[in-house]
Amino acid sequence: MSFELRGITKTFGSLVANDSIDLKVEAGEILAILGENGAGKSTLMNIAYGLLQADSGTILVDGKEISINEPSDALAAGIGMVHQHFMLIPVFTVAENIILGHERTGRAGTLKLEDARAAIKKVSEEFGFDVDPDAIVEELPVGVQQRVEIIKALIYNAKVLILDEPTAVLTPQETDDLLRIMKDLKAKGTAIIFITHKLREVKIAADRISIIRRGKVVGSAQPSASQEELASLMVGREVTLAPDKTAHTIGDVILSVKDIVIKDHTGRDIVSDISFDVCAGEVLAIAGVQGNGQTEVARALINLEDHIVGSMKLDGVEINGFSVHKSLDEGIAFIPESRELDGLISSFSIAENLVLDVHTQAPYAKGISLSPSQIRAEAEKRIIEFDIRTQSVSDPVSSLSGGNKQKVVLARELSRPVKLLIASQPTRGLDVGSIEFVHERILAERDAGRAVLLFSTELDEVMALADRIAVMYRGKILAIVNSDVTRDQLGLLMAGVVSAGAKSA
Amino acid sequence: MNSLRKLGTKLSQVAALPFLSFLLAFFISGILIAVSDSRVLKLAGHPWQMIKMAGTVIGNAYLALFQGSIFDINLTHGHSFFQGFYPLSETIVTATPLILTGLSVALAFQSGLFNIGAQGQFVFGAIGASYIGFHYSLPPVLHLLISLAGGALLASIWGGFVGLLKAKTGAHEVIVTIMMNYIAGYFILWILKTKAFLRPGRIDPMAPEVGTNARLPHLAGADLRIHAGIFVALLAALFVWWLLTRTTMGFKFRSVGANASAAKTAGISIAYVTTATMALCGALAGLGGAVHVLGSEYAMTADIAGSFGFDAITVALLGRAKPVGTVFAALLFGALRTGGRTMQSNTETPLDIVLVIQALIVLFIAAPALVRYVFRIKNLKTSASITSKGWNG
Ligand SMILES: Nc1ncnc2c1ncn2[C@@H]1O[C@H](COP(=O)(O)OP(=O)(O)O)[C@@H](O)[C@H]1O
Ligand SMILES: [Mg+2]
Repeated sequence: MSFELRGITKTFGSLVANDSIDLKVEAGEILAILGENGAGKSTLMNIAYGLLQADSGTILVDGKEISINEPSDALAAGIGMVHQHFMLIPVFTVAENIILGHERTGRAGTLKLEDARAAIKKVSEEFGFDVDPDAIVEELPVGVQQRVEIIKALIYNAKVLILDEPTAVLTPQETDDLLRIMKDLKAKGTAIIFITHKLREVKIAADRISIIRRGKVVGSAQPSASQEELASLMVGREVTLAPDKTAHTIGDVILSVKDIVIKDHTGRDIVSDISFDVCAGEVLAIAGVQGNGQTEVARALINLEDHIVGSMKLDGVEINGFSVHKSLDEGIAFIPESRELDGLISSFSIAENLVLDVHTQAPYAKGISLSPSQIRAEAEKRIIEFDIRTQSVSDPVSSLSGGNKQKVVLARELSRPVKLLIASQPTRGLDVGSIEFVHERILAERDAGRAVLLFSTELDEVMALADRIAVMYRGKILAIVNSDVTRDQLGLLMAGVVSAGAKSA
Repeated sequence: MNSLRKLGTKLSQVAALPFLSFLLAFFISGILIAVSDSRVLKLAGHPWQMIKMAGTVIGNAYLALFQGSIFDINLTHGHSFFQGFYPLSETIVTATPLILTGLSVALAFQSGLFNIGAQGQFVFGAIGASYIGFHYSLPPVLHLLISLAGGALLASIWGGFVGLLKAKTGAHEVIVTIMMNYIAGYFILWILKTKAFLRPGRIDPMAPEVGTNARLPHLAGADLRIHAGIFVALLAALFVWWLLTRTTMGFKFRSVGANASAAKTAGISIAYVTTATMALCGALAGLGGAVHVLGSEYAMTADIAGSFGFDAITVALLGRAKPVGTVFAALLFGALRTGGRTMQSNTETPLDIVLVIQALIVLFIAAPALVRYVFRIKNLKTSASITSKGWNG
């Protein structure tokens, strides 16, 4: 079958999210839709799936116009969707989630789950998914939860599968698994619309690529196009994907971590016996799949974790046991993993967010009294220096896009004198333009002679920025290698395999 | 000029929801007044007369509410015109402690804490002020200031203890303050029977009157009870506003209230904010107790706190946890309470309707969707987030 969107336009108030968009995908084809955050990709797909209504435009299946007013219409027409944010009920089992909205009950109103179990088994076997129908969804890894969503679509006979940024939450291995599954589905005749802003994946998986910018289709490309070409189409200007890393001189050891142990509240080791040094003028990347203890190490370094055993010396000063405030004061800039949760106060203004950790210092405060005018004046400078796109520094930070929010965090952390920059997943969820900016700033810090500790799950990022790479696996550092390591070797290390090829640095 | 217009639109945005809620509450309460009135019900067979009667009944009830809370021309007969404002004076006397307890709850909201303990804090403020007021004799002004400060200090220790407990052990402030209210309630019963607090030669639980030097001066002669406590309350509101918007401490409070996790990551100590906030909340509610004793009661009794500490929660919610809002909300509640009594004695309408009005106003504020629906407004500003957060923060 073929699936086509014709002239789809959708406005939110004065914002044109989709501007007469045309798309077509055939059976057995993967169409990639590439676009920055806010380009209108999710909006378009939500229209195709009946979660939103278009202002104008038509949806055609096999050349015939159909009307889709709600998701059940889409399902009936053979359109399935896996959302950017999963639509599963965490405390339900896989089978219960799958029949949600299609519950069949036996006598006395009891749920009939046998059919669902059987169907899940059948689809799982066909595509080599390893999913237990009776597992509780919240206990499953993210990659498996996503498979549940895919199974759900397949069980209801989806001929067109829409995947909205499916790899955003996955580890490199899970991503590769998903790309393989997509190819299997394609071979069996499913049409797939694959939404992403990750260029590597597009090149691996797509048959055709459509690029959306500011609500319009601005062009199409073949998967053979270079990443640079795709990126500049997406952003609308030239972009440098691999930032210039100049040769540099490494200075003295700034951060020295020895035998750190962190336990969770049950007394289990989350991080065991970790040691590493970071020198002035170098980027040490701590790579690893999410959940191997990196988050805790990063937090521990500014004493956000309790009961850290071991030694953490910053420029010779033992900082283990300091308050968070004192740790930062010793000269650490900290970019937390979750900017929404830990980096910013969304109801506060941009100006206020820029002084969260320095609001007691001159010129922002005199004694106990705050100087709002000074805070605003400094903020005006920051938004220019860091290219933060906003109407006013008094606007709440929640009004900014993800990239601009991260720039606020960067602007705050890099505007005080520091010796060490700790950046935890600094580009997670950002678009290409913002990633470029963040990478440039991180390297600028390194070139200015500061020590940089980068925690990242993204292989590309690690390869682009790091001078040395430490790989964490199950709370331990498996190896510390030089930056000339290959992508494959790194991928293996992240999966816990210590290969002979990777030489330790 | 431009900034004046901006202020105007901002004000109308912020005040729109409370004002519309207020209208709606009075409208619904009006219906209740009518259908619970025997004279209206008697005319059930005659719709037109019934509506006319309902109009009269509602009109009279609300007129009495006004006369009881703001101005009553009848009171001027044989007296000065000024005496007509006796109800307004009573309204302000009731509102004064309520402003202070309301500020206590509002400040806690700003730091992300739910202070149910204003009642107990009020009691300790009253005890402190009362004891210093009757036990010592000090020069004018000084005696008053020390009595006020003593009450506030005692209550601040009482409140700060809750903060410390939360900071050190994680004990939830809602549970702790509720329990501490009980302790305060029984403590005052006990202390009023101790030698230190019994009046010489008497055995009824009532403390001696505070000395004249410790009393808050009347503002409009001896006939009206309005006293200088209202200035204390307004100054406190100004102080809270200044603290929250112009000091580093207030910045920390608001940071923790809005996103404790980000505040912690930025190096702000949650333990410090929790303890300092609760101590200040204690001082504010305690000042309420002190002002009540030194301004209008003079002699402390076991039920000195009435429901000032509990109404404070409603007042702070209605005032959206903002100092100015809280002042207006407390004045409104003061007016409803004093006016309600007049309404009850002059008309067939019971005092309870005032509680219904209060409850409805809060209900509509808490559920702005209802107001939006009734008035068909799309963009009603509802910044209630700070006061509607869960308890598990
Ligand atoms: N329900 C909505 N109301 C108003 N604006 C919206 C809504 N949903 C999305 N938008 C806006 O539409 C634009 C496109 O959003 P979206 O489709 O989510 O982008 P993408 O998925 O490409 O990142 C963004 O500017 C976004 O802020
Ligand atoms: Mg999206």
